[in-house]
Amino acid sequence: MVAIPSKHKSLALLGGVLLAQVLLLAVQIKRDSRGRLIRVWAVTAASPFERSGAWGIGKVRGVWTHYFALQSTSRENEALRIENDALKLTIAQLQSRAAEADRLAALLNFKRQHENVPMVGARVIAASAGTASRTIEIDRGERDGVYRNMAVITPDGAVGKVIETFRDNAQVLLLTDRDGGAGAMLVDSRIQGPVGGTGEPTLMMKYIPTEEEVKVGEKLVTSGMDKIFPRDIPVGTVMEVKAGTPFKLIRVQPAAKLDRLETVIVLLTQTPVEFKTEAEAQGTQTNGQPGESGARNGSGTTPAAAVKP
Amino acid sequence: MNEAYELHSGETHIEVHKFFPGAIVVVTAAALVFQASAPVYFPKLEILDLPLLVTIYFGLSRRNPSTGLLLGTVIGLSQDALSGPTVPLGFYGIAKTLVGFLASSIGARLDTEHPAARFALTFGFFVLQQAILVLVRRLLLAQPEAWFNVHLAIAAAVNALLGTVLFVGFDRLRRR
Repeated sequence: MVAIPSKHKSLALLGGVLLAQVLLLAVQIKRDSRGRLIRVWAVTAASPFERSGAWGIGKVRGVWTHYFALQSTSRENEALRIENDALKLTIAQLQSRAAEADRLAALLNFKRQHENVPMVGARVIAASAGTASRTIEIDRGERDGVYRNMAVITPDGAVGKVIETFRDNAQVLLLTDRDGGAGAMLVDSRIQGPVGGTGEPTLMMKYIPTEEEVKVGEKLVTSGMDKIFPRDIPVGTVMEVKAGTPFKLIRVQPAAKLDRLETVIVLLTQTPVEFKTEAEAQGTQTNGQPGESGARNGSGTTPAAAVKP
Repeated sequence: MNEAYELHSGETHIEVHKFFPGAIVVVTAAALVFQASAPVYFPKLEILDLPLLVTIYFGLSRRNPSTGLLLGTVIGLSQDALSGPTVPLGFYGIAKTLVGFLASSIGARLDTEHPAARFALTFGFFVLQQAILVLVRRLLLAQPEAWFNVHLAIAAAVNALLGTVLFVGFDRLRRR
């Protein structure tokens, strides 16, 4: 028989541990420190498993897709199976890789259209370990030239900014995080205002006076005023407008699929860059020569929108 | 530390369970990596809180408040560290420390082996953790946060259900 542990001893330990953590919280808030050392240890320890997980899931998905593609093909074409086995196998393989190929092609296309902008593609290997924040972890870090406050996008639109970097990894704060956001502009009315996250899947556009007219369905693009995102990257679409005092309550559906990111682009510069317009981007592709950057037609159409996969 | 023994408290006799060496470390690490990785591929899995389930299970099984709260602290701080710089260290740490302490304290007084008891306790601890997180956010971080909503009620039920199933699997890690 073992004696019951002292209740007072446990309570004292509980009080001590809680007090230590409250003090830890207070220190982080006061000094704006985020306990980098502990995070480096945790991320370094977890990232090999996260990378392995990403690789393993990719393989499992491939096998899964192959299996079902072959199963369904065999049912539908039983009589022709033997004759067409080689061809069907090729089709199945192509189908299983189509989604990834489309995604990578979109990234490559986007990169080619904006050769003047230094950027690097990255794979998402992990997300936030809790619902208290909206962050992702990517497999590019300081060794690839990724540093804090660099913009992260997809061909669909703005994603967020790099908030922490390690040697081979980086953490990205999504626009939907409470602390996330970007300078934005309504495409039709040219009204500018910050767009920020609320911890939910949608965004809120802030500080738009009640007297301004904002329509549901209107597109938003980055304004470039935040010095992180270049101008004219799609941000989202207005999905709800409510009257408020003194500002409107504008809910925005993000343009990028922030809840299912698998690959992203990091813009490897912290100096303002100008993205080419759709016409310029098309010209680059046709002529094989970089177009002039900087000229804007104010139409709100963007190359990013033009290269959706 | 490798064998089961019994606590005798008044008329009650409650078995304290021990686990295979490394089982707690491996299960905890797996839960944290899963929590960080799975929602990338299956966004709906974000509703799960595996680190909480691990804290509750080992707290209820080990029935030692000191080890329960320390395990909760380690799991919570690891979750904070893996949640990005916007989540301060101690946010999940405080919540899981309290959950670990309470789970092991309750485990030392009640028989928590029945699935219904496990479901109810997991549901309760999920709600408790949420309440602590809201309090920390409001009082210590001065940030607005909703107390409770339908989404959290669903999350509590889903986690309680998963916990009930998962705990049966964890039982196999016990040393007899």
